[in-house]
Amino acid sequence: MRINPNKCVACGNCTYVCPMGAIYIDPVIKRATVNRDECVECYACFHGMSQEHLNPTMVRTMRRIFQFFRLRFDPEPDVCPTAAFEPEDLVWPRVVRRAFSDPRVPHESTGVEGRGTEEVKTNDVTGRVGEGEVGFTIEFGRPGVGVRFHEIQKMTMALAAAGIVFEKKNPVTTLLTDVATGEIRGDILDEKIMSAIVEIKVPVARTEEVIRMVWEVEKQVDTVVSLGIGARCDSSGEDNVVAPVLERLGYHPQRAKTNTGLGRVTNVAAEAPGRESVGARQ
Amino acid sequence: MTNTLHRYGDAESFRDDYVVFAICSRGKNEQGALPRLRRFLEMAVPFAPVNLGDARHGGALRPSRSMNPTAHWHRDQTPDFQAVIDGLDAPTTVAAVFDNRVAAEDFLKTVREADLGLSVNISTSIDGAEQCCFAAGILRHSVGYSLGFEGKTEKLPNTQVLSVMTMCGHGMIAGSLAKKMIDWVKEGRRTPEQAVCYLARFCSCGVFNPVRARRILEDARHRTR
Repeated sequence: MRINPNKCVACGNCTYVCPMGAIYIDPVIKRATVNRDECVECYACFHGMSQEHLNPTMVRTMRRIFQFFRLRFDPEPDVCPTAAFEPEDLVWPRVVRRAFSDPRVPHESTGVEGRGTEEVKTNDVTGRVGEGEVGFTIEFGRPGVGVRFHEIQKMTMALAAAGIVFEKKNPVTTLLTDVATGEIRGDILDEKIMSAIVEIKVPVARTEEVIRMVWEVEKQVDTVVSLGIGARCDSSGEDNVVAPVLERLGYHPQRAKTNTGLGRVTNVAAEAPGRESVGARQ
Repeated sequence: MTNTLHRYGDAESFRDDYVVFAICSRGKNEQGALPRLRRFLEMAVPFAPVNLGDARHGGALRPSRSMNPTAHWHRDQTPDFQAVIDGLDAPTTVAAVFDNRVAAEDFLKTVREADLGLSVNISTSIDGAEQCCFAAGILRHSVGYSLGFEGKTEKLPNTQVLSVMTMCGHGMIAGSLAKKMIDWVKEGRRTPEQAVCYLARFCSCGVFNPVRARRILEDARHRTR
């Protein structure tokens, strides 16, 4: 994303709406400027702000007058008065920032918007997590911190070393050069993104082991981690398998998303449900 | 739509937050899903949702690409549910947000009876979801628990800001904007209703809950963090 200096009037509205705090008023040129290294190309500024198309010279003159008389300028806070934001044509590897940051862009690997994952949301039609299995979503950078891929790689390598399989239909998995080692392709390791979800599944018996592994790796990564655990309910709609493990480890989950099981396969030639994972020791 | 899962707060704080969403799966049931997704949204309207949205175009309050300057004084803050329904143009995730359990329960019953064939999830407190499923005569198929935030949590903002900004799990609502709106409400520069509208326009899939956000902002006006 770039801000056209010929249009920008340095009102400062955009400095607050950037989730990464990557926009600032450059004191030399007196225009809003994007710190390209910190910008994750989420397009929150471009898509989220309303746009006016006022004359920049007129707005700057008005602002100077207000400033001279120490009058507080109090416009709507979610508006760019001169439509100064201009998306750029992103090329590899920078384009990967947008893929993992702008939720309106579907991930090519999965066709899903947002973070590109389905998890247990579609478990009723995919059978992704079966009885006796536990699905993990380990999300890095959320909320509002961001992450670079070399931090995520610490987790994928640790998981791969433990012989854990990665969900195949997951955007991060598609960036692994070797699922047996968990290495992520080298040309994107320094790219910063809003967040990414590593998806795995293990037998219930390994739940505690994986959680303890996540705890260890979390100490080494310079961002926040949002951990989610998905389980298939039994025939009476109850989960009596995972919840007790979480309780024992000191977790007291407050919130969950519940798949109601109303989905069904309706495509004419649908793929048969089955394991969709890749990893070291299948 | 993990973006509805990791909302900050305890179970009690989700008493006015019920997100019901429908999603299709590529290769399984996306063929002909568009009219069924639209039907899902249409069915939600009679139950007085506080937001509707789709993952490609956003929620019921959207930014303007060509705003008239007079809007600074007379800005339309009315959610436009019909625009969400009409704007749906491809299979994606669609969501309806309710501020009370009864509405969510009744909507879930209607969705079950409609038999859309889509995966339907409810995101709220664990007990709240169980009660909704029970009332709708549904046995839970799967459950995805949020275990909260870990790692370098010292990088996170205070709990009031966190409660507001995590209502867009995609991270489109900046912590700095949430803080600014809390401050503006404290200063009396904007009402909680106005502040919530600014925030809602940044949510790119329409799962932001303006009623819960208003309550948090009102609460933040009086309380320290």
